[in-house]
Amino acid sequence: MAAISTASLPDIVFMLLFFFMVTTVMREVELRVDIAAPTASEVKKLEDKALVSYIYIGKPTNKKVFGTVPRIQLNDSFAEPEQIRDFVAAKREATDENKRSKMTVSLKIDGNTEMGIVTDVKQELRKASALKINYSTFEGDAIEALKAGR
Amino acid sequence: MAKREIQEINAGSMADIAFLLLIFFLVSTTMDTDMGIITKLPPMPEEKQQDEKVDVKERNIFVVLVNRDDKLLVEGEQMDIKDLRQATKNFILNPYDEPDLPVKEIVDVPFFGPMELTTKHVISLQNDRGTSYKMYIAVQNELNAAINDLRDEFSLRKFGVRYDDLEDQDKIAAVETVVPRKVSEAEPRNIGGK
Repeated sequence: MAAISTASLPDIVFMLLFFFMVTTVMREVELRVDIAAPTASEVKKLEDKALVSYIYIGKPTNKKVFGTVPRIQLNDSFAEPEQIRDFVAAKREATDENKRSKMTVSLKIDGNTEMGIVTDVKQELRKASALKINYSTFEGDAIEALKAGR
Repeated sequence: MAKREIQEINAGSMADIAFLLLIFFLVSTTMDTDMGIITKLPPMPEEKQQDEKVDVKERNIFVVLVNRDDKLLVEGEQMDIKDLRQATKNFILNPYDEPDLPVKEIVDVPFFGPMELTTKHVISLQNDRGTSYKMYIAVQNELNAAINDLRDEFSLRKFGVRYDDLEDQDKIAAVETVVPRKVSEAEPRNIGGK
């Protein structure tokens, strides 16, 4: 029996490889907080990822060291609400001038966080005039998820 | 001169190299497309404007309060979150011209013609510092859902397509005139004490 030619195998693998190379978005930051996003049905996809900055809020992953009080994470470290203004300013500075109006801040917040810290963050964002925001959620039935305790 | 034979390069390991790269990208890929509820925050009021209060009549405001036990108080009455969507729709449309729902005005909307709309209505959302984020999102979601449902309804009736599928900017603007998105979040303060 003649062996099947595997000469085209590299081609196939390369094709897959290019697909993944093009679609890959490298993980930007290492998460230091636990986030289980809530669920909502009226969701939209964020369009231009380059124009999105992320703010993470949740309980620290390392609870032995950092306790269980929800914390804000900007870039790779914990932050206080006051630091958001500098964070937004830095991001704005790094963005192309005619695209600045399309900048979005995506809030990735754990569902069980209390609104107090979220309100503080929102106030800071208003002060920084970063008004376009996105509450990051899963897509699904919001009420059912709420009843199920998620 | 003797013709030198061109040696063929063994490409057998090419697949291995490609596989190695492929696996690296497979592992490092995050396929998460970020989704969520997109909103706009109101700009920070100027210092001198701080005390100024916008005068809106009681009947034009739809007050939604969420306390720190995640209980919902809508227009002074307790409500289950599953009824919020219908209540919001009823408030925006005021179909039976009830006196405690917002005032109607006749507006000439492009494509739709003259319509009776509750132009002055405002949905006011207030939450406590102790409200859980998932409850807040659920409430936001229901308010948005009510508005989107109504927009879909008008869009389907007039143009035969859903609001999201409308492409003509004028048509989108027309539907948004019929059902505007007027959700206002109060300046933070504590409700229900603590």
